[in-house]
This record gives sequence, C-alpha cells and structure tokens, in this order.
Amino acid sequence: MNETIVFAVISLSAIGGTSAVILYFVAQKFKVIEDPRIDIVNEKLPGANCGGCGFAGCRAFAEEAVKTGDLSKLNCPVGGNDTMKDIAAVLGLEPEEKEPMIAVLRCSGSRVNAPQKVAYEGASSCAFAHVLSSGESGCPNGCLGLGDCVVSCKFDAIYIDDTTGLPVISDENCVACGACVTACPRSIIELRKKGKKDRRIFVSCVNTEKGGPAKKNCAVACIGCGKCVKECPYEAITLQNNLAYIDYDKCRLCRKCEPVCPTSAILELNFPPRKEKAAEAEKVDGPVTEG
Amino acid sequence: MKTFTLGGVHPEENKLSADKIIEVLPLPEKVYVPVSQSLGAPSKVVVEKGAMVKTGQLIAKGESFISANVHSPVSGKVVKVDDVIDSSGYKRQAVFIDVIGDEWEESIDRSPEIVSEITADRDTIIKKINALGVVGLGGATFPSHVKLMVPDGKKAEYLLINGVECEPYLTADHRLMLEKGEEMLIGISILKKALGVSKAFIGIESNKPDAIEHLKRLCANHQGIDVIPLKVKYPQGGEKQLIKAVVNREVPSGKLPIEVGCVVNNVGTALAVYEAIQKNKPLIERIVTVTGKSVAKPSNFMVRIGTPVSTLIEAAGGLPENTGKVISGGPMMGKALTSLEAPVVKGTSGILIMPAEESKRTQVLNCIRCGRCITACPMGLEPVLLAQLSENLLFERAEAERIMDCIECGSCHYTCPAGRPLLDYLRLGKNKTGLLIRNRVKK
Repeated sequence: MNETIVFAVISLSAIGGTSAVILYFVAQKFKVIEDPRIDIVNEKLPGANCGGCGFAGCRAFAEEAVKTGDLSKLNCPVGGNDTMKDIAAVLGLEPEEKEPMIAVLRCSGSRVNAPQKVAYEGASSCAFAHVLSSGESGCPNGCLGLGDCVVSCKFDAIYIDDTTGLPVISDENCVACGACVTACPRSIIELRKKGKKDRRIFVSCVNTEKGGPAKKNCAVACIGCGKCVKECPYEAITLQNNLAYIDYDKCRLCRKCEPVCPTSAILELNFPPRKEKAAEAEKVDGPVTEG
Repeated sequence: MKTFTLGGVHPEENKLSADKIIEVLPLPEKVYVPVSQSLGAPSKVVVEKGAMVKTGQLIAKGESFISANVHSPVSGKVVKVDDVIDSSGYKRQAVFIDVIGDEWEESIDRSPEIVSEITADRDTIIKKINALGVVGLGGATFPSHVKLMVPDGKKAEYLLINGVECEPYLTADHRLMLEKGEEMLIGISILKKALGVSKAFIGIESNKPDAIEHLKRLCANHQGIDVIPLKVKYPQGGEKQLIKAVVNREVPSGKLPIEVGCVVNNVGTALAVYEAIQKNKPLIERIVTVTGKSVAKPSNFMVRIGTPVSTLIEAAGGLPENTGKVISGGPMMGKALTSLEAPVVKGTSGILIMPAEESKRTQVLNCIRCGRCITACPMGLEPVLLAQLSENLLFERAEAERIMDCIECGSCHYTCPAGRPLLDYLRLGKNKTGLLIRNRVKK
C-alpha cells in the first residue's frame, strides 16, 4: 500500500520536474518581447472597448499609441483630455488638448412637428424601415424613432422620448464614441463640439428636399431659405442641397441665426433665455428641444 | 401532378376577381410616369417640359445594357419632369403628363386582328423588344431583351412560361390567359424563335382549370407549346421553383436559369412581346387586379402605366371605410403603399385592399425553435438563422449562409407561429449583403 503511494509521488514529481525544465526552455525560445508600456497605457484607458477611437478596442489603441509614439492622431473620446494626459505622461509626450465632442440629433420631427401619416408595423429596426419606406411622417430624411442608436450606445446615453418619439442624448453620459453616428441609417446624428457650458447651436434638420415638400411633412424642417447664411457674421453657415449647415469650428455662438430662422429649424441648447423672447415663448409652442 | 419539392406553403387563395372580365380603364386626367421602371440603371429623360407627346412616344431612354426604355402611355402635354412620391414614400424622377385626347403614334397597329405570321428574325425581335421597353411583367421587371441574349457557351433548351400566379388574390395573369390566349401563344412562338428553342411549357396551377383547358385547346394549333398543370403551392411562380416543377432541374446557387438551359418568362411578358413585335406597340399598359374582401367591385383592369392608384380604386367601387392597408402586389410579396397617388408602374400586378382587422400584424413573440420556417423555405435556407444574423448586423456570415439566394417569398414569415418579422430582416440582410458584395466587386 505504502509502496504504491511512494511510487506515484516519485513518478509524478519526476514528470513534473522534466516538464518544467522543457517548458522553461520553450518559453525562453518563443518569448514574445512586448513593450511593458502597452500594459500601462492599457490600464489608463477606460476599458469600454467601444471602438470610438477607431481601433478594435482599448488594447489595440494602446499598442498603436506605444508603437507610433505619437498622440496627435489618436484620441480616446471616452476618457477625454484627462486620459490622454495620463497616456502622454507614460509615453513622455506633450499632451494635446482636444475639445470635447458630443453627439447631437439633427432632427426635430417629433410627433407634433411631423405628424404620422402612415403606420409602420415592420421589424423594429431603423435600418430596415429606412430601406422599406420613407417612414411614418413621410420625411425621407427624418428620424424613424425605432432606436437603432439606442441599441448601439454602450454608455446608456440615448433613450427614446415617449412623447416626441425622438431619441434624447444625455449630456452627462455621452462620450462621443460615434457608435450612434454609424448606426443611424439616415446620418441624422452628428458629433459636434460640446461647447462652453454645453452651449451649442446647430441646424436640427437634415432634409435635402426643396422648401415646399420639406415643410409639408414637418413644421420645423430647414427649407433652405438662406436667411441664416446672410445673418451669420462669421461665415460659419453654408447652404447645400436646400439645407443649411453650421460649421462648429467657425461658429462663435453669437445666437444671431436662431431668431431669423422662419421654421425654427435652428436649435440653441443650454443658453439663458433671451429677454425679448422669454415673454413670447409662453404664447408660441417652439420646437421640441432635447432633454 | 407536378410541383416543386422543397418547402412551400398554401395560403388561402381568395381569387375574388377570377371571373371578372378585363375592363379597359377610362383614360385618367393626368399620369406620372416614373423614369426608372425596370431593374438596372435608371433611364434618361428625352422629352422636355411643355412638349406634346403622342401615345407610344419614347420619353426616357435606357442607356446601359440592363435598363429599359419608357414610352408615353397617353397623348398630351408634358407638364414637368420632377420627383414623384412612389409607393415607398421616397421620391423618384417622373414625367408628368396632362392627358389631351388619345392620339397614337402612326407606327402602332391598333386593329384588333390577330397577326399570327412571324416575319421578324432573331436580331430584329431582340432589338425591337429592347426598343419598345418590354420588361418582365411578373413583378421583378427585368428587361426582357437581356433574357433573350443567351451568353456564349450556354444553350437554351426550354422556354418556360409562367402562368402560375401563385400569389393569393391576384388574377391578372389568369384573365390574360383566358382572354388573350391566342395573342399570348404567338408571343411565346416569337420568344421561342428568338431563343432558338423548340419546346415551350406553360406552367399553370390547377386552381385555374378553365385557363388550362382553354390554352390546351389553343395549343393544338401551335407546335411545341405544352400546358403543364401544376399542384397549387406557393411560391411556384418563383423562377427556380417553376423550373424544378416543370422540367425537374435545379438552378445552382447564385446562378441564372440559363445555367440549366431554361429561360422563364411571364404570360404577361409573352403578350407584351406579341404586341411589340406584331403590332409595334410599346409596353404602355398592363392588366392590374384591384381586389380585397372589402372591395365593392373586385376587378381586372387594363391600365395605362402612370395612372395613379387612387383612380383604380375609384373604378373598383372606392376605398372601403375600414381599410387598413393598400398593398401593391399580392399579400405575400407585395408592399404596402404610403400614398394612394403613387402611379401604376410596369411591375404593378395588383392592388390589394386589406380591411383594418385583417391587416394587423400578429404580436411578435420569442422564437420557439420549431423550425417551421426552415421546412417552409423553398430555397432550402434557414430563415431563422439568417434573420438573427442580419438583426445582429453579421452580414458576412449571412452571405456564407446564402442569404442572397432568398427569393423574398415570405413563406417563412407566413408560417412563423411566433409572428416574427423574418422577411423584414431577410430583406434588410439581402440589401446590406448586396451592398457589401458590390463594394467588394468595385475594389
């Protein structure tokens, strides 16, 4: 009985010892030399693997950062400037300040502004609804409200408002990873500068139809009249395909364009109320704003 | 009786308008003729605003190999060339014509006599079919001349004529076979000549015994054309299913019927070919069934292309009050219209009006893995898997699982006990996978 145990222990130890020696040499032979900084950079990253930086995940981003040793073309939108500063410190580089971005919904076609004309009952997917038809309001560019952006968001920053039927993007949660921008089949969501004190001005419409047909489907459609283009002192607004677009790099948030828009297609977010407009606002129903 | 072997379903037939004689719809006041009415590249408009056009005059020219000419279906004045909202709600370029009188191009033979002697040779036939804008009238609107140009190294053995009309409700082809049988058979002879085949089969489902009998009688005078009665099963009217049913051959995945020596054409196309070759008449009108359980007068109309759908519904007794959906096509493959002003196009085979209580989709429940969709699929696919893949945007895997073979017949969707929108996801998957493949080809 004893002999069996002793024999088993000895033979197993011998096998273990031999294997350990073999494995040691094999490990030496096939050793992968990796920059230890990759692990350090990886740890500094948020670890969401959202792909917002354009790489397959945080690890891929870390590898790229260490390999190229250049941060000018890289940006982790989730971690923002703090993370990039940390990474720059690890790699011994100068950090580059980047202005934070946020996703904005460029459509105000709520149930009131763009009333339902037909009922859609198909698969609950914007991608499919877009292929099948122009949507319930008839606007061929407007939000379909089926929530492909909500599904794509990994940060719980988007939900569909039950009364307006439009997605709402949360200022706190949105990290500007751009997943919703890709998910939207109608390219309604855009990444724009977050702005000082979260103040933003943008044309909340992507309809490229002529004024008449656009207005027929939606009360707050951009009709391409060009009034805002003339009004803008900084040449930040351009008109293309019957649609005005405000360049966020040139816009200085002077708020001159918003009052001249005849359809209220231009949205201002997080600004203090205007003095002369505050009194009026109670009488007229303005466009539906976010939040 | 013959039929295809794999899958298939048998929906309620509801052929309400089967005994209604084809009525010629009075000319509408105005027509909107979409410029692009066939598969392939869009055609180019060749008339200007303010121009006077005659019935049958060319208004848009197909410029690439796969595209078709469009002719004016009426005589009158071109009001504008602008976007029209088509059945999907999106805008498409169209020629707007106000109807003035009904003056036809002189070259068109409008006499009712049947011209049975085929004088045109092969090249003339193909050229004329191309020039006169004949496309497949079964629904896919594939330009007909392309089908007749058999590629080098391939040989057509059989011409199959699709008189199956397996979609419930629709009766346009049925009436056509009964009322225009002789013309259609001459059209088939012309197609045979163009293809150089000696044998043609007309596949007809056995729920149309009068058409089978009528054509069998007429075929006695036409050599090499046989009527094949088929067992009623949906989607027998699918090209590949029809080939399997009639000549028992299987078209390989991703290939065209010519691979197995077959060319398939619809009965409507055969008639259009007859009119084009023997009468010089371009494809400017077609038979459209307007039907539905709530419709006062289910009918078959001979309609000019470009007529607004609302005109057709008016002629069939008006839109019933409890209407839930108006579908262009049949209940299985048709698409719901978003606007009744949408024009009839070359591919419109029927207008189906569904009462509200019947048009609702069933509640979507969880998949119970029963496999009914797999049993029903006539292409041997796994619709449940493909729908999941495309729901999760895994289009590369969907391609490997042969999503492009899907013929969008809707048998899976029809048979699903959980009411899952399988066809919706398959259509999305096909659309995206097709895009993927095209981008790859471009690179």
